[in-house]
This record gives sequence, structure tokens and C-alpha cells, in this order.
Amino acid sequence: MSEDVLVRLKDVVKEFPVKTGSGFGRHTERLQAVAGVSLDLKRGETLGLVGETGCGKSTLARCVVRLLELDGGQVIFDGHDLSDASPAALLPYRRRIQMVFQDPYGSLNPRRRVGSIIGDPFEIHAIGTAVERKHKVQDLMALVGLNPEHYNRFPNEFSGGQRQRIGIARAIALRPEFIVCDEPTSALDVSIQAQILNLLAELQAELGLTYLFIAHDLSVVRHVSDRVAVMYLGRIVEVAPSESLYDHARHPYTRALLSAIPAFDPDETREHAAVKLAGDPPSPLDPPTGCRFHPRCPRAQTRCMSEAPSLLPRHGDGPDHLAECHFPLADGETL
Amino acid sequence: MNTATVIRGRGPWQLAFERLRNDRAAIACIITLLIAVLVAIGAPLLALLTGHSPIEQYSETGLSATGIPVGPGAEFWLGTDGLGRDVLVRIAYGTRISLLVGVVASGLAVLIGATVGIAAGWFGGAVDNFLSRFMDAVLSLPFLVLALALASLVGPGLGVSIFLIAFFSWASVGRVVRAEARAIRNREYVQAARAMGASNLRIMFVEMLPMVSATIIVYATLLIPAAIAFEATLSFLGLGVPPPTPTWGNMLADAMAYYKVAWWLLLFPGAALLGVTFAFNLLGDSVRDALDPRHDTTIATSAEDE
Repeated sequence: MSEDVLVRLKDVVKEFPVKTGSGFGRHTERLQAVAGVSLDLKRGETLGLVGETGCGKSTLARCVVRLLELDGGQVIFDGHDLSDASPAALLPYRRRIQMVFQDPYGSLNPRRRVGSIIGDPFEIHAIGTAVERKHKVQDLMALVGLNPEHYNRFPNEFSGGQRQRIGIARAIALRPEFIVCDEPTSALDVSIQAQILNLLAELQAELGLTYLFIAHDLSVVRHVSDRVAVMYLGRIVEVAPSESLYDHARHPYTRALLSAIPAFDPDETREHAAVKLAGDPPSPLDPPTGCRFHPRCPRAQTRCMSEAPSLLPRHGDGPDHLAECHFPLADGETL
Repeated sequence: MNTATVIRGRGPWQLAFERLRNDRAAIACIITLLIAVLVAIGAPLLALLTGHSPIEQYSETGLSATGIPVGPGAEFWLGTDGLGRDVLVRIAYGTRISLLVGVVASGLAVLIGATVGIAAGWFGGAVDNFLSRFMDAVLSLPFLVLALALASLVGPGLGVSIFLIAFFSWASVGRVVRAEARAIRNREYVQAARAMGASNLRIMFVEMLPMVSATIIVYATLLIPAAIAFEATLSFLGLGVPPPTPTWGNMLADAMAYYKVAWWLLLFPGAALLGVTFAFNLLGDSVRDALDPRHDTTIATSAEDE
């Protein structure tokens, strides 16, 4: 890869101990939330990450910003391996990597004033004097579309969309290079979602940001992403440039997700009706053997039960469109 | 956009303050306590006004011919004690000791308790285990017996009283704060602070402390009366501040010999002790209600008014 890779994930694994059973049968099992994820993010691009609730995408996000310790693999940022870095060694990278959280109500301390919340990054990294910080915070508030005069207000005086703007202002305060957006719009009204997405896009153009944009909604991701990765049960099952993924999805799971996007025009006749997947996602405590998707896959064959597929180009795709499937769908083929 | 500027924003502290202001019981308590503070500060003034020192024995005027204490009157407004000392002036000086011990000891207890509680809640794991077991151990000590033993071992005094009271009170604060801190540590804004690179100390004191501060304030106001009563107990048993310095506790102890002939010896110091502890306790309840967002009395009362 000759292109400028800013963030490289190599076989990232994250497990959680889970206590199961009761009495004498009580024991600790290991839940593999992220089961070996490899992804590259190029400088300046937006990589969308989609998947159902519980597929491990938020866990992956927290591993990338090193809020969680990895149980395997590497997170490499701008050539530096952060996987085993100590908190002190991480500090300079914390300036360059930021995160926007899902819940604009939970991610702002209700007892602190907005100005001081947005000023946190400056204080933590000891940048500027108190007066300079205040000016910077007010500039940031203006930049994200908040009234700088509301500096002294508490978070409860703002709407959800405004709060998310506060969270974004805090994230861009130190002019980071890379921002992980963990479902930044899923807690907002649809009308507000578009505003926040546009704000993120404007900031990206202005500041040259790289985004890892997590969502469970393909229609939102399509809007903002250069490339999209689809996650299922802790693994990336397909990753491709947006257009390629939406037009030539190879993995049956991606197809099923795409078919679930509601049509904008009710009169528009769809090529095929929404694909309904059988059953619920299996428990990550006891992932299926072979291909993790096989119990729900309409195309599954015996090979899928025993042999795990790997993430490779399928049906003559370029090296940027990878799918993890033994029997990928060809163009025009339906589920 | 413009409506936001019309609606008057009120912070959580402001809301709590307004709830407190609408609470008549709280206002009465605050007035009572302000009087106590004024009496404590103005004790020398009172001594000047009556012309009596708190420790001088007025054997000529303060005792009857048979050596019995003199009751309340023009010379001694609240009477004299068994040694002919002015009860009013002694109560005033005793207020100083009580408030000092109450505020300093509970302040110390809250400081230790909050720090230990937040540390246990934030770090979790082995740190939490160790600190929690330590708090359990302190809470399970028979505090009066141990306090008496320690006080007699070291020798009574103001500093010893304050230390003892603080030592036996911090653990209850610590336990409550720890439970709250554990709930807070996984909130997203704490995660956000970590992602920004905030240090442990910063997370504990900038992010978590404001969230547990309501609990801390409530506990502080409830610990003060307990500390005052505890100090009075120690003094009563002769292990608090040593005589002739007047405290409510040792005044009550002195009264035990005379209360059959001199009711004022028991009534006035007892009333002072009861009044101040009661006011603090009641105020603590009001503060707790005011700081509890689910208990919104301002909305309830304004709705009733309309």
C-alpha cells in the first residue's frame, strides 16, 4: 500500500470475561467481542463501520482510541504501535486521536459548565493561559454552530443536537488528525442528524480529518463514507469503497442489510423485496464454527460450517473490495 | 434559536438553592444556626456586657450564703453553676467549642471519606477491595469504647477530640461515596475524559467529585450534629476538652450534682445542644431534598400556588 495509511488495525482481538451459570456450575467464560479485525484508514478518508447492535463495533472503537486494552493484535497510528503503550506514552497521541460519543446526554458531565467541558483538552494538555483558552473555546463554539455567549451554561440547557455539537467542539479542540465517531447521530432526531453529519463533513474538509464513523444504519454511513466496512459478530465480513459496496455487495449479510434500507419513494419498485434473515445473531460467547454467519445464511453449504472464509477480493474485484465469504454473490445475483 | 435566550437557564446548584429558599424549615434552621454562630463569635462581647469571665468563680455574688448556685436574674441572666460561674457566658464560650469541633471534625471526616471513596470507586479492583475492607473494619469498631480508651491513653484535649470524631466518622461517608463513584466511573463523560488523556487525579476530582458533591454536602450537614453530640459525650465523660474551658458536655456533667436544686444548669446547656444538633439535622434533610432532582419542591409549590 503506497497510500498514506494513518491508522492500521492488525488482527485486533478484545475479549471480556463473563460470569455464567450459578452455584457450583458458576464459571467465567470469555466473550470475544472483537475477533481479529484488520483495517487500514487512509489519511483524510472516512471509513464507515456498520453492523447490528452487539456486533462489537463500539468495542472496536474503544480499542482504537485505547480506552480498552487489546487482548491481541495491534493498533498502529502514524507508524507507532499504540497497543501496549503506557498511559504516559499514550498522552501525546491522545491529542491526535479523539472520539465523539454516541449519547450526547451521557458524554457531557451534567455538573460542569459547557465552556469548561470544551476547554478540557486544553487544560489536560496544558495549552495556553486561562484567557487564551476561553477565547479558543468561544472560537470552537462558533465553529460548530453554537452561540459563544452560552459559554457559562450547563449541558441540561441545550438540546440533543446542540449537545452533540459540544461533544464535537471538544473533540476538535486540539486539531486532531483522527476522530472516532461512535454512532454520533443515532440518539438524535432525523432532522438534526443531517445537521450533525454536515457539520462533521465541513470540519473534515476544513481540518483535514480522518474519521472512523460507526453506525448501525447503512443509509447514514453511505452519506458520509468513502469506504464502508461491515461487521458481524466481531469480524469484518466485507469492506469496500462506498459505491462498490452499495452496488456490488458480495457478502450475503451485506445484501441483507442493504435490502433493509427503506425506499425513499414508496412508488419506486424495488428490484427485490427486503431479505429477512433467519433468527437472531448467535451469542458471541459461543460463536458458530466455520463462517460465523452460516446459521443465518440462505446460501450456506457444508463447507461454511467447518471452514472459516478469509477476507479476500471476490468475483474479480479490485484489492480494495474484500469479502469474507466462500460463496459470494455475483453482480445481479439475488439472495 | 432566540427562545433559548429568553428561557432563563438555571444550573443544578442554583435550582437547589432556590428549593432551599422555599423551604421554611430550612430557613428556620439556618436562622437558628446563624444565631449560634453569632453567639460563638460574640462570646467575648457577652462577657464584656455581663462583666463576667467564663472561668472566674464569683463566690460572693454567684453563690448563696449556703453555697447553692444562684438562679436566673438580673446579675446572672441564666444563673450560675456550682462554683459560682456565669452559665450564660459559659454557654456562649461552649458554643465555640461545639461549632469548632462539629465543623472541623466533620470537615476532616468528609475530606478523608470522599477521597477514599472516590479512589476506591475509580480504581476498583484490588485498591477498591483493600479500601472497602478497611472502611468496613473502621465501621465495625465499637467507637465509644475505643474513643474513651484512646482519649484516656493520649490525654484529653480539643485536638484529640477532633481527631477521634473524624476517625470514627469518615468511613460512613467513604462507603456511600464509593458506591456512587462506582456508578459514575463507567459514564460516557468519564470515558471521554480518559480518551482525552485526563490523569487519574483529574478524573477523580474534576469529573467525579462534582457528581458526588451533593452526597458529600448532605453527609457533612448530618455529620456536624453527630460530631457535636459526640464531643459533648466525650466532655460529659471527662475525656473531651479539659476544664475549666467550658463546653456544653462538661457543663452538663457538672450539672449532674446540682440539677435537683438548680434546674437551669441542666436546661440551658441541654437546650443549646439540642437546638443546634436539631437544626443541623433538619437542615441536612432539607439540603438532601433540595439537591435531589427527583424531589422538585419548587415545581410542586409553584403549581399549588396557581
